[in-house]
Amino acid sequence: MAAAKSSGQLPIAKAINESLRSALEADPKVLVMGEDVGKLGGVFRVTDGLQKDFGEDRVIDTPLAESGIIGTAIGLALRGYRPVAEIQFDGFVFPAYDQIVTQLAKMHARALGKVRLPVVIRIPYGGGIGAVEHHSESPEALFAHVAGLKCVSPSNASDAYWMMRQAIESDDPVIFFEPKRRYWDKAAVDTSAIPAPLHRARVAREGGDLTLAAYGPMVKTCLEAAAAAEEEGRSLEVVDLRSISPIDFDTVQRSVEKTGRLVIVHEAPVFLGAGAEIAARITERSFYHLEAPVLRVGGFHAPYPPARLEEEYLPGLDRVLDAVDRALAY
Amino acid sequence: MTVESTAARGTTRSSGKRTAAKTPAKKAPAKRKAAQPTAPAAPAQPELVQLLTPEGERVEHPDYAIDLSPDELRGLYRDMVLTRRFDAEATSLQRQGELGLWASLLGQEAAQIGSGRALRDDDYVFPTYREHGVAWCRGVDPANLLGMFRGVNNGGWDPNSNNFHLYTIVIGSQTLHATGYAMGVSKDGADSAVVAYFGDGASSQGDVAEAFTFAAVYNAPVVFFCQNNQWAISEPTEKQSRVPIYQRAAGYGFPGVRVDGNDVLAVLAVTRAALEHARSGQGPMLVEAFTYRMGAHTTSDDPTRYRTDGERAAWEAKDPIQRLRAYLEAEGLADEAFFAGLEEESEELGRGVREKIRTMPDPDTMAIFENAYADGHALIDEERAQFAEYLASFADDPADSAAERGN
Repeated sequence: MAAAKSSGQLPIAKAINESLRSALEADPKVLVMGEDVGKLGGVFRVTDGLQKDFGEDRVIDTPLAESGIIGTAIGLALRGYRPVAEIQFDGFVFPAYDQIVTQLAKMHARALGKVRLPVVIRIPYGGGIGAVEHHSESPEALFAHVAGLKCVSPSNASDAYWMMRQAIESDDPVIFFEPKRRYWDKAAVDTSAIPAPLHRARVAREGGDLTLAAYGPMVKTCLEAAAAAEEEGRSLEVVDLRSISPIDFDTVQRSVEKTGRLVIVHEAPVFLGAGAEIAARITERSFYHLEAPVLRVGGFHAPYPPARLEEEYLPGLDRVLDAVDRALAY
Repeated sequence: MTVESTAARGTTRSSGKRTAAKTPAKKAPAKRKAAQPTAPAAPAQPELVQLLTPEGERVEHPDYAIDLSPDELRGLYRDMVLTRRFDAEATSLQRQGELGLWASLLGQEAAQIGSGRALRDDDYVFPTYREHGVAWCRGVDPANLLGMFRGVNNGGWDPNSNNFHLYTIVIGSQTLHATGYAMGVSKDGADSAVVAYFGDGASSQGDVAEAFTFAAVYNAPVVFFCQNNQWAISEPTEKQSRVPIYQRAAGYGFPGVRVDGNDVLAVLAVTRAALEHARSGQGPMLVEAFTYRMGAHTTSDDPTRYRTDGERAAWEAKDPIQRLRAYLEAEGLADEAFFAGLEEESEELGRGVREKIRTMPDPDTMAIFENAYADGHALIDEERAQFAEYLASFADDPADSAAERGN
């Protein structure tokens, strides 16, 4: 197999590919399924070569029916398989939303714990690739709001590799949000490392003046913002949340109690988004440590705009730094 | 056309007196045909598989035969009687406030016992929420079925102990689970089959269409068993389909058959054949059991608002239990002692269920937080601890605590 044990630089897409490959090798019950995941290797080539090596029985091109993909994945899980189902794009998950919310999320509880649903749903999500409608959305809050599901989103290739392995090993359903505009960003992946727990946040950059919290595609934006702020003499800490359900509030709290200020950044609309929950929790936990209100930067309460407008819609360096300025002005 | 034809039902109901036409079309009076010109593009005449007429006469069918011992025949009768007794007990328990709701299977005993008794132990069933007769055949404790209707759990039995999945309330969802499970059976190289139960209303759901597609594409060993009980709450089958439901299978490339769902022998024979079809690698099959929901949709429903007494009376004449009893008696296959013994057993079953329900404890409050996740979840842990602390805060002095809360 191609995976070097201590691989060099891998793009995120390839890291996920290697992760799926290693899971398929390690456990004959692991299946990969979805539209175009087989011969084509997926529209982003994340599953490239897997069907060739593991066969059509384990890397399954499905009919073009999202509810069918998730509904049959549930049935396969009940039979003892561990399906990794791909939804081709964020905006196409909704035909499966019923199966995910009413069945996948609740079946373990319905059975009083007597069945387990180790299903991973991969969703390439977020904007920034100049796509047509329904190809750039960030629906993670709609899933994080549902008890019974877990939601994660890696920001870099190493996390992509390890978090996918951990998601597949999880006995709970995991929605795996892949930051599609970062698919080609490279980083070192040590496939022999001991990974951090799946739902633990990571301090991606240390700083003392303000905490930026983000996940998935916005971590890179926040790191760039922190680098720019440093030139202005401001020290920003960046927390990569990695998991949106559960959220590692402890790590955020520790950071905020050090810096006294918090700005949360995500592509998803700010209204009732993950940032709203983090703001509420941190305000409750760290009220006397806060020097400023918790601020949020994210999408607007408007449909995701046509591609020519997405640069304005998406939080970029300037909008993040604008929020940083406002928080520091208190 | 037969009176059972989906397209013909509109005219049937309006007269409310079509009781004579309870046998397949061949026996229907010729004037019948003239009475049904309203159905546009009338489908080909559905061939209703029947082995026991409503009067209890054995008839033969060219494609489906059955040969049962007297013991087996009496067994089917016993299953249907006990299932009906259990169902009646549950309805009573709802009326007495012991259950919040009940979905009665009254009238569908043959469809459920006939199909349920066709199964092997290693087959797997994915039911709706009305398959009490199938559950009986799988050996699920009847009291287990009542937990969710009482509100102490949302199902709670172990699906793998009887190969009987949890009741599914969202209409049609389970047909996809059954299909996925059957895909897994194929991958395992097993020769088990899977049965997905659903109804005429569910046949309109996208999930059922997708289940048909997936099952066909992957040649999955699944039998789609549709109990067409004529009513989806208040909507008759012609609001769901312009063609008889079994004919839809043809569009997906697998066989479909309509069976007299009130004829336990025919249902048993047809389901056995469908299961064998699945087991032998020929893929899915659709069985439409043509039956009737004699009672309300659930105990919250009032069918007098949307259907006539005449229609119900017409179907009562086709009662699944009465027709088998008529056959057993006419052939001398069961004596008075058998029927009396069964009566006693029925009462005993009812008593036992009643006792179990009345003594069924409410779950512990903290069960709210149990089993949401298999591997735990930090937020639930936090909320559980906070709620436990909140509850404990009332422990010392209940009177003071109540006053503080403004009660």
